[in-house]
Amino acid sequence: MTPRLPITRASAAVVALFLLALPLLPFAQDNGAPYTLLSRDARRSIPIVVNGGRELIALDDVAALFSLTVRGDSLAGGFTITYRGRTIIASADQPMASVEGKVVALPSPVVQVGRRWLVPVEFLSRALSPIYDQRITLRPAARLVILGDLRVPRLAARIDAAGPPTRATFLVTPAARVTATTESGRVVLRVEADALEATLPPSATGLIENIRLGDQSDTVIVALTRGAGTPRVQMVTADNATRVIVEIPPGVAPQTPGAPGTETPAPAPVSIRTPQTIVIDPGHGGEDVGVRGAGGLEEKQLTLDVARRVRSLIESRLGLRVIMTRDDDKLVTLDERAATANNNKASLLVSLHANGSPSATPAGAEVFYDRLDREGEAAKKAAAAQAIALPIIGGGTRRIEIIPWDLAQAAHVEASDVLAGVLEEELRKVVPMSARPRQQAPMRLLSAANMPAAVVEMAYLTNGKQEKDAGTDAFKNNVAQAIVNAIARFRSMTEDRETP
Amino acid sequence: MTRKRWILVAVGSALALVAAVWAINAFGSKPAPAAPATTAASTPTETAHITATLFYASSDGQSLVGVKRDVPLASGVVEQGRQILLTELQAAPQPYIKVIPEGTALRAFYVTDRGDAFVDLSPEVSRAHPGGSLNELMTVYALVNAVTTNLPAVQSVQILVDGKEVDAIAGHVDIRRPLTRDTSLVRERDTTQDSKLKTQKP
Repeated sequence: MTPRLPITRASAAVVALFLLALPLLPFAQDNGAPYTLLSRDARRSIPIVVNGGRELIALDDVAALFSLTVRGDSLAGGFTITYRGRTIIASADQPMASVEGKVVALPSPVVQVGRRWLVPVEFLSRALSPIYDQRITLRPAARLVILGDLRVPRLAARIDAAGPPTRATFLVTPAARVTATTESGRVVLRVEADALEATLPPSATGLIENIRLGDQSDTVIVALTRGAGTPRVQMVTADNATRVIVEIPPGVAPQTPGAPGTETPAPAPVSIRTPQTIVIDPGHGGEDVGVRGAGGLEEKQLTLDVARRVRSLIESRLGLRVIMTRDDDKLVTLDERAATANNNKASLLVSLHANGSPSATPAGAEVFYDRLDREGEAAKKAAAAQAIALPIIGGGTRRIEIIPWDLAQAAHVEASDVLAGVLEEELRKVVPMSARPRQQAPMRLLSAANMPAAVVEMAYLTNGKQEKDAGTDAFKNNVAQAIVNAIARFRSMTEDRETP
Repeated sequence: MTRKRWILVAVGSALALVAAVWAINAFGSKPAPAAPATTAASTPTETAHITATLFYASSDGQSLVGVKRDVPLASGVVEQGRQILLTELQAAPQPYIKVIPEGTALRAFYVTDRGDAFVDLSPEVSRAHPGGSLNELMTVYALVNAVTTNLPAVQSVQILVDGKEVDAIAGHVDIRRPLTRDTSLVRERDTTQDSKLKTQKP
């Protein structure tokens, strides 16, 4: 065995030398990363040849992929491509081609290597596309060649905060409908598109294990770590871009489950179609107990309990993002509550309360919406009068109304009236209503809310029977369900109005 | 010129008239300050009174009711307003229910040139409040309506707590700005209750 060893070494050295010399040889070619040809029914790989720092494609491959007839003319030093009677003529070492008699510039010359013709990648979009019966688009960054009018939006992912909560943003341009599905341990974002030109962050951060393209060309998968809780997904479409924000809170330790019956994990995958956030405000909290019934039921407990039920119903049924102004027994100021709704650009705010009267007689639910005072009315008028028109990119102007933040409700009173009406109707189906089921009053929280907003007084805790009822699961579930039904109805009404 | 002079004379005589009325009021009410200090109107026959409409919860707790009561006569809008509020803070006549929390005291009352009145209450109004939107609306509008109904010079009422502007008394009703009269919670006065009230009073 030993005598053969030098021979083996010698042959290895020859092979290595040959390989090293390969780029120096006149016909040397390197294989670059392939492009992908995307068509409506298939994805095919296009091999790339790198020659002199330029990415080229073999004309044979082009002919096979696009069913072209190629006729080489060695005498003239060129070739002719024919496709359905239309022709492209190109010559060796010329950075141009004649497409149906028109000269098209190419970024690098056409190269003849032995018997093979090599053309720059751009030949596809610049020369072939004009004679082909489908548009051919090049996306060099994504190494894509797109055949026909396929929707291939760009999707740029970035992780904004390691957290927890870990926050990742996915920017889809141009805007496309995105569906988010939360499965065990991952969030699947499906973009309504034929493929994605995705730019994804390379490394794991916080509660995100990785972000990768899915098996289907229109999906991106956000894989979560073991410690991740239920992700919340929010979507906003503006300026022809869709922004998807995935927020992953830390998971709840299994030994401390939430209040029984309140934290039902979403049974089915949650589908999110419209980007909306609902803010639910459980009234009072901490040292502010609100109304205390004779039987000991405190308003702050009831509001938090029902708010949690509303949240899980909205998340599982409507698939919307829900933010609560408090999720435990703590004191939160009215401004902090309004700020939570405003800063999260909530599409509506529902504040939960229980009522109290100086007598035990009054009973029934009531819905309040804000009444503007003198300054609120003045602010509303001033906002309309002082609206400034700002130029926007791409032409045109956009009117911006300036209104003091603590009078933000001024612009939404009419919508809040509608919201209160729907809440009243839905509540009436399940719980007794008071003699004044819908009222307008100067409500401090609502006045600062920059969105349709209402206060729901679920029952009078000063009424013995109502207090007893309000403590039952049936009551809490009914009220929660009625509120969710009202939110769903209100959303469908406003969507109808927005798309005339 | 003659027109200007005429206006000057008119304004001057108006000022003189106002001064005269003020002087009469001031002298006339000299013995009065002792009465509000000793809280209850224990000697109703000795002091002059006005009849003011004060606001309480109806016996069923559903609404506010305007009830006519005697309030010591005082000189000037501010002093009269103070008397009205002091009476409003006292116990409600049967069968009505008081809607201002027990222990609430009037710290100050003043009126601006614009006709905005400021009612400054001790912290008990918030601390001892039973909560609930209806209770809070009743507290706020009993005060606002009592002042605006009885003092035509006052257009709106701003409630202060312990000398400071606050968001709300019990977390619902916005009292950061002056509020105008609102009778949406007020039920038409029950005449039978009124007559009952009269017979019980002395």
